[in-house]
Amino acid sequence: MTWIATAVKPATPAWMKAIRPQHVLVALFLIAYPLVASPFWTVQIGAQSLFLGVIALSLMFLAGYGGMVSLSQMTVAGVAGYMVAVFGTNSTHPLFGWPLWVAVPIAIVIAVAFAILIGIISVRTAGIYTIMITLAIGVAVFYFAQQNYAIFNGHSGFAGLPGPEGLGLNWRDPMPFYYMSLAAAALSYLAVVYLARSTFGLTLQAIRDNARRMNALGFQVNLHRVLAHGVAGLIAAVGGLLYVWMNGRVSPGTIDIGPVIDILVIAVIGGLRHPVGPFVGAILFVLMKNFAIDLISPERFNTLIGLIFLAIVLVSPDGLLGLWRLASDRLKAAGSNRQWGSNSWRNDNGK
Amino acid sequence: MKLFILTVMNGMTLAALYFLVASGFTLVFGLMRNVNLAHGSLYLLGAYVGFDIADWTGSWFLGVAGGFVGMAIVGAILQVAIFRRMQGQDLRQTLVTIGLSIVMADLMLAVWGGNTYQFDPPAWLSGPTQLMTAPVVKYPTYRLVLFGSAIVIGVGLWLLLNKTRIGMMIRAGVDDRGMLAASGVNVQRIFTITFALGAGLAGFAGVVGGTALSIAPGEDTRYLLASLVVVIVGGMGSVTGAAIGAILIGLAEQLGLVYSPTYGVVYTFLIMVVVLAFRPQGIMGKAA
Amino acid sequence: MALSRRNVLAASVALTVGFSVSAAMAEDTIKVGALATLQGAFTVLGEDGMRGVKLALQQHNMMAGGKKIELVTGSSDASPDSAVNAARKLVEQDKVQVLVGPLSGDEGLAVKNYAKTQPQVTFINGTSAAQDTTLRDPAPNFFRFTTDGAQWQAGLGEYAFGTKGYKKVVTIAEDYSFPYTQVFGFMSGFCKSGGHVVNKFWVPIGNKDFSSIVASIPDDIDAIYVALGGADAVNFLNQYEQAGGDKPMIGGSITVDQTVLGSKGKQQEYVIGTPSAGPIADDWDNAAWKKFVADYKAAFPDGFPSPSLFAHGYYISTLAMLDALDQVKGDVSGDQKAFRDALQNLKLDTPTGPVTLDKNRNAIASIFLTEVAKADDGHLYNKVIKVVDNVNQTLGIPEDEFMKLGAVSRDNPSCP
Repeated sequence: MTWIATAVKPATPAWMKAIRPQHVLVALFLIAYPLVASPFWTVQIGAQSLFLGVIALSLMFLAGYGGMVSLSQMTVAGVAGYMVAVFGTNSTHPLFGWPLWVAVPIAIVIAVAFAILIGIISVRTAGIYTIMITLAIGVAVFYFAQQNYAIFNGHSGFAGLPGPEGLGLNWRDPMPFYYMSLAAAALSYLAVVYLARSTFGLTLQAIRDNARRMNALGFQVNLHRVLAHGVAGLIAAVGGLLYVWMNGRVSPGTIDIGPVIDILVIAVIGGLRHPVGPFVGAILFVLMKNFAIDLISPERFNTLIGLIFLAIVLVSPDGLLGLWRLASDRLKAAGSNRQWGSNSWRNDNGK
Repeated sequence: MKLFILTVMNGMTLAALYFLVASGFTLVFGLMRNVNLAHGSLYLLGAYVGFDIADWTGSWFLGVAGGFVGMAIVGAILQVAIFRRMQGQDLRQTLVTIGLSIVMADLMLAVWGGNTYQFDPPAWLSGPTQLMTAPVVKYPTYRLVLFGSAIVIGVGLWLLLNKTRIGMMIRAGVDDRGMLAASGVNVQRIFTITFALGAGLAGFAGVVGGTALSIAPGEDTRYLLASLVVVIVGGMGSVTGAAIGAILIGLAEQLGLVYSPTYGVVYTFLIMVVVLAFRPQGIMGKAA
Repeated sequence: MALSRRNVLAASVALTVGFSVSAAMAEDTIKVGALATLQGAFTVLGEDGMRGVKLALQQHNMMAGGKKIELVTGSSDASPDSAVNAARKLVEQDKVQVLVGPLSGDEGLAVKNYAKTQPQVTFINGTSAAQDTTLRDPAPNFFRFTTDGAQWQAGLGEYAFGTKGYKKVVTIAEDYSFPYTQVFGFMSGFCKSGGHVVNKFWVPIGNKDFSSIVASIPDDIDAIYVALGGADAVNFLNQYEQAGGDKPMIGGSITVDQTVLGSKGKQQEYVIGTPSAGPIADDWDNAAWKKFVADYKAAFPDGFPSPSLFAHGYYISTLAMLDALDQVKGDVSGDQKAFRDALQNLKLDTPTGPVTLDKNRNAIASIFLTEVAKADDGHLYNKVIKVVDNVNQTLGIPEDEFMKLGAVSRDNPSCP
């Protein structure tokens, strides 16, 4: 019998199968956005939503997948920003003056090391303590930065931070800055999506659900948690660099308790269940922060955002994404409804 | 030498205030595992309410009572209306308290404005006291009173927890909530009482502390952080731990302010980190 | 799930398209942005600043140089980041042509740096009083018609040493740049007259417990120079009095201002007789000032009993803009060159005397030496002792000598 070789279609890689039409639409919108938006909308709304979303994503990673709500993500981001000012050039308190391609890696390394240190301090206590400890550490760093003039230039901080320059562009200009933020957001989003399904991510989620069992099974629970802090620190550091480059300045006000809580608010409002949540929350937050003064009294912005935050927590623990999911589930009519009080909220036995 | 003694006395009296604030916080956490991050807001609100009552009636003592009772009522309402529905979801409760603190802080700013409020204690409580001990000859009377009241409250709390039936139920609930409910005790009622007590203590501390150190927006965050650090150092759920933690933090803060003013404010957090490194559950906390 | 994300983003597309169409601007309108701290604990001060802006505009019938003035408000919370964000919104979104603000010192430094990136907009300071905003690395489009923190203390040091007879003092101030500048201004006159500052206490921002500072104050000094603001000042006064302290005080510009004098409590009595210096004095017997106070009270019955230095600062800054616009008949074309020249050469008549600008576009103005006194109706006010005219940024010292003194810091200056 003649053996006929049948043509076999190469299998589509798994990741390509996952792309849906709406992903393509969103990507096209994001790429085309600065072409239609004004510089203000590109930078202060668009890019800011993106990098705030990145920082909030680091919190979501730790909280949603790791079960550790860390309030020190903004602090880590701020440390990265401070370090790039210290090791790079600035116009207020020049220290090292190294070029950015040296200063940026150093800043990221220091920020990640700091995040790991925070992880080491906070993983020895379980669950709910993480919020308190990371909050206290964040405040301690704030005070230190405010009091120290040798390295941090105290209350005034650093100004005149240059943005990256390369390929003939100043990357702090509106369009390049937006695309830089978009790239950072896309990369961190994809990284988190990938990690969530990797062995590391699955282990982390299992630890979140029942650490004692994982320990009994022989997994190094604390090591995984500390590493998670490190990964989140890397993401936050990238977001932090973009944050300080937007205004070209960093000061203790950047890591004050207000911005620290803002990141938590963003992550929770958007939803802690899926990596797109923080970005959704960031868009809403940035829009409100900028336009509350036009729509309502600017003085009561905090009440407004606090009430929205409360409403989300009370009504829809999964944030805005949870609300949409509920709405679309109800629309579908068939199929099971999502249970309230899902895993990300219920604490295990505290272990 | 005189400066050192004065600084230690200042530290101890500041510790008294911190103890008053932190005791309510640790009580609520110990029993209900609710990290109430709106505790600082209760402090500030109690102070404002107490101030208005004192202003209106002309009596400082009524103001103090008003702060305590007012916040106890608020605490009871919060527990019944909000936290009861989330029993067991610690993280969600904490996030709710964060949201509450944001809203409360802003509303208080709207109602009472950004000005500083200063209480006037009754004349016999203010001014310096002549002490017999040299070299320290004069010391503010009010701070001595503050210290005394903290001791009274501390002893009272200890008696409450250890010598009364309610206290016994609270302690049992801290150890094993399920068993307590199984033995027929109305656990929800205990929770409400405890939360009301914790909130009331915050309000009381607000009036008493506001008389010594004035109140303004931002004090809520400051006392919340102080409570956090005191309770982390002293151990969650332990009133004795709160006392020890408060003494450590109060002394560190005052000694730091005098002998190392630049970084003194960071030292309290350093102590916290050191305690966490060697004894994560706090000095008097139960092993996790 | 999938639909939801798209819906959310579809909504934001609609918003974007809706908002990025900016309204075409009429040729005969000038858009002015006013930036003050309308959020956070400094809200009360920011609101008074806004009152100053509105009073100036009202007095000019919202017109200048034949064109209509359109006011847009911007809000910050005293942090430099929020000030830059608010400024960016006013400039890039609301398209203002002149920006008046900000309020606080560090915000001013940040906005000055932002101004350098927006050469087409003229920035006029609100009340921010950090020295380096104009002294070092100034921006060519940033004009400050108010004086800086060091200028505010002009004459106080000499008065404390010469007239009040204080030879040895200690200073107590918050640990950041604005108090450094204030102490610098005080010590500039005090040390030169022969006084000694035996110790400088720097208190961390937000610290409330001064008992140990009070304990550290030596017994052999003549007075305490206090440059605390707001809540800290009230606290300190209370604790000092409670500990039995009795040394007289010398006040910084924001120590015995409206907000502190208006606080409730017993420490008011202690404060009577305290000398201070600053850009305004509540009870100056001068026709222009009295008219300003009367206008303020008439326009804002729910404002302060007397305009604060924030209302005053924003008022004269807005006034400068209006006067310059009148001079050039509203011509803001060609990168606003004519307008800016007018600003640079303006001789501004304000309720506190004439103001001109130096080469760094910083104000040369009058400073008021005051002492706290009690009015007939029981409220406290700052009584004018002396008016020091033509105080410039180098405090009368030749410029190169002044620059050699170096930037202010914890240890600079020093005369133990």
